[in-house]
Amino acid sequence: MRMESPLGRVRGLGSARSGARHWWLERLTSVSTLLLFIWFAVSLLRLPGLDHETVTEWLRSPLAAVPMLLLIVSTFWHLKLGLQVVIEDYVHQEGSKLFSVLLLNFLTIAGAALAFFAILKIAFGGDAPNA
Amino acid sequence: MHRNPSRPLSPHLTIWRWGPHMLVSILHRVTGTGLATLGAAAFVWWLVAAATSAEAYADFLDHADNWYGVVIGVGLSWAFFQHSLSGIRHFVLDMGAGYELGVNKFWSVMTLVGSIFLTALLWFLIVGGN
Repeated sequence: MRMESPLGRVRGLGSARSGARHWWLERLTSVSTLLLFIWFAVSLLRLPGLDHETVTEWLRSPLAAVPMLLLIVSTFWHLKLGLQVVIEDYVHQEGSKLFSVLLLNFLTIAGAALAFFAILKIAFGGDAPNA
Repeated sequence: MHRNPSRPLSPHLTIWRWGPHMLVSILHRVTGTGLATLGAAAFVWWLVAAATSAEAYADFLDHADNWYGVVIGVGLSWAFFQHSLSGIRHFVLDMGAGYELGVNKFWSVMTLVGSIFLTALLWFLIVGGN
């Protein structure tokens, strides 16, 4: 007879060792990403053009730069959670799965950091466009 | 995975009669994966180009204004609308509503109709703005 509760036997044996929090954060970030992208699309459509000067001038405004930073965090978080589920569903070999999830985390953080830094550089870059 | 290959798998995609809910479910994952890879890459490129120099930004615009750039842009915007609408549908399903056959089919089809309509509307606004 195993002196172990059913919960103790299954704990840590899920496909990714966690589940409910992942599910909830995916929903949470989906709402924030959708709202921020609606703001993003409306903002771009209201700009007189999408040339370099117009876009960088727009991104220098705090009311554009801050929502953009939030959009980057929200979007990259959501896409990381989503792609991780896809990997866990289709990559069955434990080693490849671990490697794929590791790579996904690195690429997501790298992409988000690049986008984040780009916004900060434009926002803090001063008035003269760095042409 | 410790799966014994001699044991049968439960019947999956092959035995069901196709319905719009199956297409929408698959499209949710396909569009999500497309947005998360191609969409994210294009978005980062756009921002990094804008932060780098006017030349780098012009280089991005050269590609975006090209025929393949427009094809990718239309594709990504449709993927965004399809993923958003079926994501909203999933919120309703998560609450345990909308599983009646007729209702489920109706809203599945509506995500497809809605995403095409919104994509057309967006590009009408983009082209009209030029």
